[in-house]
Amino acid sequence: MRLEPIRNPSVARRVVPIGLALGATIAIASLLASVAGANPFSVLGLILKGAFGSKFAIVETFNRATPLIFTGLAAAVAFRAKFWNIGAEAQLYAGALTTVVLGTGLLAWPSFALLPLLAFVAILAGALLLLVPAVLKTRFGVDEVVTTLLFNFIFLLFISMLLEGPLKDPMGMGWPKSARVVAEARLPRIFEGLRVHWGFALALISAFVVWIIQTRSTLGFEMRAVGLNKDAAAFAGIPVNRVLVKTALLSGGLAALGGFSEVAGLKGSLTLDLSPGYGYTGIIVAMLALLNPIGVIVAALFVAGIFVGADSMSRAADVPTYLADIMLATALLLVVLAIMLTRFRVVRD
Amino acid sequence: MTQGTAEALRLSNITKRFGDLTANDAVSFSVDEGEVVALLGENGAGKTTLMNILFGQYTPDSGTVEVFGETLPAGNSRAALDAGVGMVHQHFTLADNMTVQENITLGVRPLLSLGLERAAARKRIVELSERFHLAVSPDARVGSLSVGERQRVEILKALYRDVRILILDEPTAVLTPQEADDLFSTLKQAIANGLSVIFISHKLHEVMAIADRVVVLRHGKVVGGVRTADTDTHALAAMMMGSQAEPPEIAPGKAGEALVELRGVSTPDIGNAPGLKAIDLTLYAGQICGLAGVSGNGQAALADLVGGMQSAARGEMILYGNVLHGWSARQAVHNGIARIPEDRHKTGTIADFDLTENAILERYNGAPFSRRGWLDWGRARRFAEEIIEKFDVRCPGPETRIRLLSGGNMQKLILGRVLEAQPRIILANQPVRGLDIGAVNYVHRQLLDARDRGAAVLLISEDLDEIMALADVIHVIADGRLSPAFGRGEMTPAELGIWMSGQGFGAGSYHAA
Repeated sequence: MRLEPIRNPSVARRVVPIGLALGATIAIASLLASVAGANPFSVLGLILKGAFGSKFAIVETFNRATPLIFTGLAAAVAFRAKFWNIGAEAQLYAGALTTVVLGTGLLAWPSFALLPLLAFVAILAGALLLLVPAVLKTRFGVDEVVTTLLFNFIFLLFISMLLEGPLKDPMGMGWPKSARVVAEARLPRIFEGLRVHWGFALALISAFVVWIIQTRSTLGFEMRAVGLNKDAAAFAGIPVNRVLVKTALLSGGLAALGGFSEVAGLKGSLTLDLSPGYGYTGIIVAMLALLNPIGVIVAALFVAGIFVGADSMSRAADVPTYLADIMLATALLLVVLAIMLTRFRVVRD
Repeated sequence: MTQGTAEALRLSNITKRFGDLTANDAVSFSVDEGEVVALLGENGAGKTTLMNILFGQYTPDSGTVEVFGETLPAGNSRAALDAGVGMVHQHFTLADNMTVQENITLGVRPLLSLGLERAAARKRIVELSERFHLAVSPDARVGSLSVGERQRVEILKALYRDVRILILDEPTAVLTPQEADDLFSTLKQAIANGLSVIFISHKLHEVMAIADRVVVLRHGKVVGGVRTADTDTHALAAMMMGSQAEPPEIAPGKAGEALVELRGVSTPDIGNAPGLKAIDLTLYAGQICGLAGVSGNGQAALADLVGGMQSAARGEMILYGNVLHGWSARQAVHNGIARIPEDRHKTGTIADFDLTENAILERYNGAPFSRRGWLDWGRARRFAEEIIEKFDVRCPGPETRIRLLSGGNMQKLILGRVLEAQPRIILANQPVRGLDIGAVNYVHRQLLDARDRGAAVLLISEDLDEIMALADVIHVIADGRLSPAFGRGEMTPAELGIWMSGQGFGAGSYHAA
């Protein structure tokens, strides 16, 4: 057997495999749920109901999608230039860290000045954090997969140290948790009475800004050129290393903005469980979105929906919550396979 | 060949269509045992499609393939191999990090073979290489071999698998004249051993030298089949090209001022290829300077230097009368240097970019295609449309990904991209490699027109005929050293050959490096 590229795939060719992949994901999840003792035919309904079935469910899904849009954009931007940033987790915490450092009373500024400053400093922190691997890569050829991945562990331990030490909330009854940010440093809710905060809107705006940069700006042109063919880009006079550094700064800044949004919009303080692996899940989001920034919004809502929905389903049907992780992994593998099948056909010899 | 020998291969009435294009139109020909048949045709004449059908990569719409009287099942890629047909591709399929013996036995022997088996395999390889005059050590790493030696390994690999019909796709494209002669003597040996050979080429004199018969393909049809004894190169060329495409008539250029001067320039080596060794070179306006030499003798280093990919490590480069300090590809473009790269797939274009994006690839940064970092896609698209129109790029439109274009059309886009900027200096590195004769003449015409408009052209080519036809002055490069300038018609090919082999350089100039 071998793969043969398809020159001009038809619409059906592009849509059907993806639909089949999603269907197969649900079938596998249903099967596992029935092994765990639930009614397999109720699984899909319970997930949908848990993710989108009520105002509360939708709000929950949006809130879960917000950090995923940021980390998904971080991965999508970097991967487009073939800069493999696996460190969105650390960059997200960097943004959260600067937000609690500056937002817990150090600056007595009004909201309209304080929030932009906090966002800006967060972006700066995430960008600087990724600058180190970017420079190591462009100067010395150090593999950024290794450096960004290992930075995650170093940075999380650093946060842990701060939360046990200087940043520990004196009123926190001994928990490793920072003080809460002041009221001026909180992102308001978009609608009165709904728990959706402006972080979600910021995520949507970020996605559009990234999309505009990628399609309209010379920087976006350079990033795509470097990602597709470094040699040709260099021959054409594109400063490849400088483009990679700029890409890293943008990617790190986006992930850190997610950290700012989580603290200022949702949690109010920094703890070690601020992110249940948003940095890593962002990679899945970006891959599912085929690195398209607008697609990242859809993919983040899809992934958040699976998390929230599967969580609720597992409670309703009394099956383990691990089912959500399995579903996500299955969805990723099958969708990646399906994407390949939209572009290649299998030929039997 | 004597009459009555057995037929080794017969293709009957092969037709293959891709959409509206008929790649092979009722093609029939046969090869006898011990016979060399040349398959001659321009790029796009259908040679590759025919070979893909023979090897089962494509299923023909009609027609059959017979090997030694047995019809092969269509679309089965192992059938031809199992029947004893082997092919040496233009681009070798060898693993650089493995030895010659490992490469040859790869796929026919288990990876973890016993010492005894390895000794037997080695003995067989040595025997074969002696019998066919294919001198190459079984223990050498393929990565360290020259191109000619790698080709020998490919041929040995085929012989080791007991092929009885050997297909060689453009085998001399990458060889020096001496290596090509060695190849021919090997082939003669192979024929004497009963092997049949299909020799795919555009080079007429080689076809005349080695083949018994020539089958000429044009636009997918067999337009002629003649014995080499009954024809000559002119007749073959006429058959291959039809009536179209005359070689350009070339009047000598009028040299103007010096635009580029290199004084004692040295550059570091590039991998196995030498860098420049204290060379002096001047490019004049209105003149084509041809750089002749065997591939890998410093051409890449000179192209990188003039194209802005590399700065001089020693010596100075003077552009329009000013000594350069700091030099980059972007500066080269902005200083009016048009660069036609050697490898249009790898460095000249971005395969998954469309024509518009590839058209502005060198000049996206600034007017007229962008302002303050924002691209003007309307402008870019109009530029691409202009190139498509003016340079006759055959494509569905500017939003076509360039990967889908043929080599000739890709090259036309590159030509348009660089020539539309009214360059004063043109660096043309192997500008016609792999193009069909129509496209070759087109590219040459463009270079001559640019010259007549007053551009200085540096033409780097491994094809001596091309250089002798186009260049007003010729330099020979060998091992990073540059010969003095020779005027048009001053040297015979044989005399240039002496310089190309590295003789003719005084011992003194070598030590200057």
